[in-house]
Amino acid sequence: MLKYVLQRMGHLIPVLFGMSIIVFSIIHAIPGDPAEVILGQRADPEAIKTLRAQLGLDQPLHVQYFHFLERILQGDLGTSMVTKQPIVEEMVPYLAATAELAIFSMIIAVIFGVNLGILSAWRRNTWLDNGAMALALVGVSMPIFWLGLVEQWLFSVKLDWLPVLGRADVRDTITPITHFYLIDTLLAGNTGQFWSVLKHIILPGIALATIPTAIIARMTRASMLEVLKHEYIRTARAKGLHDFFVVYKHALKNAFAPVLTVIGLQLGTLLGGAVLTETIFGWPGVGLYLFNAIGARDYAVIQSGILVLATIYIVVNLIVDLLYAYFDPRIQYK
Amino acid sequence: MRKTASKWTAAALAFGLLLAGCSSGGNTPSGAAGEKADTGKPKDFVMGIAADAVTLDPSLQSDLVSITITSEIYETLVRYKAGSSELESDLATSWEASPDGLSWTFHLAKDVKFHDGTPFNADAFIFNFERWWDEKNPYHKGDFSPFQADFGGFKDSETCVVKDVQKIDDDTVQINLKQPFSPLLAILSQTEYGIASPEAIKKHNGDILKTPVGTGAFKFVSWTPGDKIVLEKNQDYRQPGMPKLDKLIFQVIKDNTARLNALRAGQIDLMDGLSPSDAASVKSDAKLQLYETPSNNVGYLAMNNLKPPFDNPKVRQAINMAIDKQALIDAYYYGLAEPAVTVLPSKNWAFHTDLNDYEVNVEKAKELLKEAGYPNGFSTELWAMPVARPYMPQPEQIATVLQADLKKIGIDAKIVTMDWATYTQKMKNGEHTMGLMGWAPGTWDPSNLLYTLLHSSNAKPPALNLSFYKNPQVDTLLENALKETDQTKAAELYKQAQQIIHDDAPMVPLVHTKPVLAGASYVKDFVPSPVGTPQF
Repeated sequence: MLKYVLQRMGHLIPVLFGMSIIVFSIIHAIPGDPAEVILGQRADPEAIKTLRAQLGLDQPLHVQYFHFLERILQGDLGTSMVTKQPIVEEMVPYLAATAELAIFSMIIAVIFGVNLGILSAWRRNTWLDNGAMALALVGVSMPIFWLGLVEQWLFSVKLDWLPVLGRADVRDTITPITHFYLIDTLLAGNTGQFWSVLKHIILPGIALATIPTAIIARMTRASMLEVLKHEYIRTARAKGLHDFFVVYKHALKNAFAPVLTVIGLQLGTLLGGAVLTETIFGWPGVGLYLFNAIGARDYAVIQSGILVLATIYIVVNLIVDLLYAYFDPRIQYK
Repeated sequence: MRKTASKWTAAALAFGLLLAGCSSGGNTPSGAAGEKADTGKPKDFVMGIAADAVTLDPSLQSDLVSITITSEIYETLVRYKAGSSELESDLATSWEASPDGLSWTFHLAKDVKFHDGTPFNADAFIFNFERWWDEKNPYHKGDFSPFQADFGGFKDSETCVVKDVQKIDDDTVQINLKQPFSPLLAILSQTEYGIASPEAIKKHNGDILKTPVGTGAFKFVSWTPGDKIVLEKNQDYRQPGMPKLDKLIFQVIKDNTARLNALRAGQIDLMDGLSPSDAASVKSDAKLQLYETPSNNVGYLAMNNLKPPFDNPKVRQAINMAIDKQALIDAYYYGLAEPAVTVLPSKNWAFHTDLNDYEVNVEKAKELLKEAGYPNGFSTELWAMPVARPYMPQPEQIATVLQADLKKIGIDAKIVTMDWATYTQKMKNGEHTMGLMGWAPGTWDPSNLLYTLLHSSNAKPPALNLSFYKNPQVDTLLENALKETDQTKAAELYKQAQQIIHDDAPMVPLVHTKPVLAGASYVKDFVPSPVGTPQF
């Protein structure tokens, strides 16, 4: 098991290495010069030259790349070219904001997606099944930004139930401990703020959960249909077990491995930050952070940021792979 | 003169804010328009902004969001009157120029304290000035490109118009110039010349990016990048009863519709960057009000005067005659713009009122093209920016309309677009033939538009004069106007320049837009301004 984990972690190295080369090449291929963006359009050429030298941009590309690699290998993500702040420090709150939203959305997606899928498989070819799958199709195809704006209009502007956007009331001061506001407000024992934060996360949470819910529902349905055909299910039913137990206890556990893969992939994607959802809901997440960095041609932030996100993605998928063994004892890691 | 790419890129917020005198309904927006119930709660005011600030050091900044926010924290020697192009006193109670225009004396306000309790006086001003203009000053950290561009260079540069700065007494300073320089007051009114506490500058070793300490109505509390910036009332503000708000919060909400939703739901009190297409619905909503900012920008079609056939004035005049500006305004600006005759908007004091714009005349335009040797027209490119600008809300649609107008006189223009950073860079290099662009200056000084966009010194890459227009006669007029301290005489020179430019037709000035803001109806006494100065 440990050997397997180490082996998989070992695979990370070539992946990240390849990734770093691709990212580096792409961002240097797009026109636009960070020095010019920083100094502005009237800056004189002399000043731009000086800043380029300070930022190391005057060196040949391969030299710049090796400097970057050297730093990364020492565990140093570098400092932002624009704000001059260490990237690690700067990125943590954004990553936490994204992670909080992603996890919240995944919880919604798993609860609804799995149950919807089970329901469909269980009541196959009924109006329930057809209805659920039609809903899933709508979910996959719906433009998120549109859904988000409609949610805001309905639940905030018209019904006045939930706040339109933001992670918390801007007038509240939340002392960051973990940077997960739901946890931080609980730790501080401030239930008023906790409810406020919870209310803030619901609308973006639903918007972001739509696609994963639909995908999980479809996958659960397909996988359940497969499993429900098996002999042992018939046996369980023959024993006189209630359908509910047959489905949730016997069938679901065996049907869950492929669903888990999908959940892992979706979670990995959500953790990468969803620029559109974050934009509409004023959610200061990592998607926006990187998007801004690209606009400012902040090479340091783009490079390091993408590497961090790639690492997270790979690690999440590794964890999913390890969880397989729990659901399917036939799988062993050697 | 206003510069910097970010000004260009961030010009989405072409206004400064005058929030100090503004009052709001506190935490709970009341339904009744106008009067609000006094809840006894602190009066917090939340403004939704489309982009985050870049820096809170006023002398380094160039984007309008940063300027908007720091203008509440810092004050300058002089400032523009609310919603007007007239200057009034701020930290300087009065000032006078010597008859030769070479030395300017400023009498400073007495008993003014910075937020950290240290006094504002002549020493404090000189400390700030030295930091701005002396590259060897230990606190000169950063590019200080606003100073460099506004004054023609730093202390050691020959082109810098400032000779020296002297303390006369504790409350009087004198700025001595190498040559008369008429935009001086307008330049000093910009938030970039906001006076920071010398003690704070020393304490942070010149790096006051995130620790602004000024004399303004609001004190800095916190900045969560990408999320919000919080300011609180300066209890010791020198103007009694001001500011009326206890807290001022700027919340970053990038999406226009989401920002408007937040305003409608009462989550924010005021928002910038309202889409012109939403203006009508805001106007008709009893719970909201619409603010129109006086126009101080220009959206234009640049023609590269270095490239044939645009090197021929007749071709350029023909194009000026082909474009129907009013139709463009009706279709895409929802009445929130005026057709441009020159690069100066009609509110500018140097605007040439007697100048008649080219009339839309297809026949005459075709005639001119024939005279220029293009009886069958020609093919060219028309560049359109990929993002909405305050002066160009829907660039690609606008380009399509222009394309149709050009087609009528036989010019076949292919619309080309690319990402914004690439777009500005390529245009600055002069790679375009025709391209849409605009400019939103930081002061009302005419040089900000005329000199920046049309003087030959700005026509070499990276250029701001994107038409690459070079006319020695215009250059001389603009240079003389810069030296003329008498505003009436300067206006005369600018008018002559506008006439020549109009006849040469180096570009097509399209529109001057009025950026709009929306606020809740209970917000009182808020006056939007197109330049970044704090006012009351």
